[in-house]
Amino acid sequence: MRPFVRPVPSTWWLKRRVYFLFILRELTSVFIAVYLILFLNLLYQLSLGRQAYEIYLDFLATPGMIVFHVVAFVAALYHTITWFGLLPNIIVVRIGENRVSSKLIAGANYVPWIAVSAIIFLILKG
Amino acid sequence: MSKETITLEVLRYRPEQEQEPTFQLYESEYREDWVVLDAINHIKDHIDGTLSYRWSCRMGVCGSCGMMINGEPKLSCAAFLRDYYPNPIRIEPLANFPIERDLVIVMDDFMEKLTSVKPWILREQEMPISEGEYRQTPAELARYKQFSMCMNCMLCYSACPVSALEPDFIGPAAIALAHRYNLDSRDQGRSWREQVLSTEEGIWACTYVGTCTIVCPVNVDPAGAIQQEKMSITTEWFKGVLMPWKGR
Repeated sequence: MRPFVRPVPSTWWLKRRVYFLFILRELTSVFIAVYLILFLNLLYQLSLGRQAYEIYLDFLATPGMIVFHVVAFVAALYHTITWFGLLPNIIVVRIGENRVSSKLIAGANYVPWIAVSAIIFLILKG
Repeated sequence: MSKETITLEVLRYRPEQEQEPTFQLYESEYREDWVVLDAINHIKDHIDGTLSYRWSCRMGVCGSCGMMINGEPKLSCAAFLRDYYPNPIRIEPLANFPIERDLVIVMDDFMEKLTSVKPWILREQEMPISEGEYRQTPAELARYKQFSMCMNCMLCYSACPVSALEPDFIGPAAIALAHRYNLDSRDQGRSWREQVLSTEEGIWACTYVGTCTIVCPVNVDPAGAIQQEKMSITTEWFKGVLMPWKGR
């Protein structure tokens, strides 16, 4: 017997829409990681004093940084929404013989997310 | 009246005469109520008796006739020709497995992975027969019934990019079946299976692409099973850290 092993092409993730969307979801973490580094630096600059903080704020207001933040925001939304869509398959709540509906499980994640976002928005606005 | 025909592009591999697989075209009779397996059987019986493939029940129960049909892992007994006609259909052996001959794949590795999770009821101590059968309520049955539908057709392995890239990954069906027994009220083998499941070749290799669940012909949801195992093993781990006096 001489079995033949087919090679896996490096473009495997382009073969199916699901693979592509998965890779896209994985890539969103890169944007979120960069955002967090920028955010940690913001806190660091704040600790250095008012002048350093304001210089950094000016840097964040440059067009490139604004574009990055918009992209990172979209990436975070994409990651969160697709993840909430998957959660009902992971969190199994049973009442007797029946599973609690997936809409309810997903909804239970959306409600606190929107509530916390609204609170943060109100704090920032105030 | 001449009979309608459909073209099948079948991947052939005859290790005694060729180094690598090649496609061979067959012109099969076409009937509206035929599935791909019917056309392949027609080729085998009337055109080329050397074509090798696996099949048995012809009704989506045995899980033997899985093939890549136009690049999609499908049971060839459940893929109707009419869904492709009049275009040609490309038929290949299941992806992510070595090819033994033509459409026959080598499944030894899968069988080893499957048995490694001990997909049967494990008991610390068997109850004596005099005490009767292990009884189960409908709610206890409902917990695992979906996962017990797996028929080892291996379509999920063909759809899984992790199985393709990391050949040691235990894979969707084996983990789904381990999960099925872990959820069974009669089983006591959870901590034993955890040693196999909670490894880099087990549940932690899965990145939740989710294609296994999409291609499963019997809606087992192996991707869900793997994530549910991750949840329960993580929860148990935290319980052990936070409440060490409770034991496991």
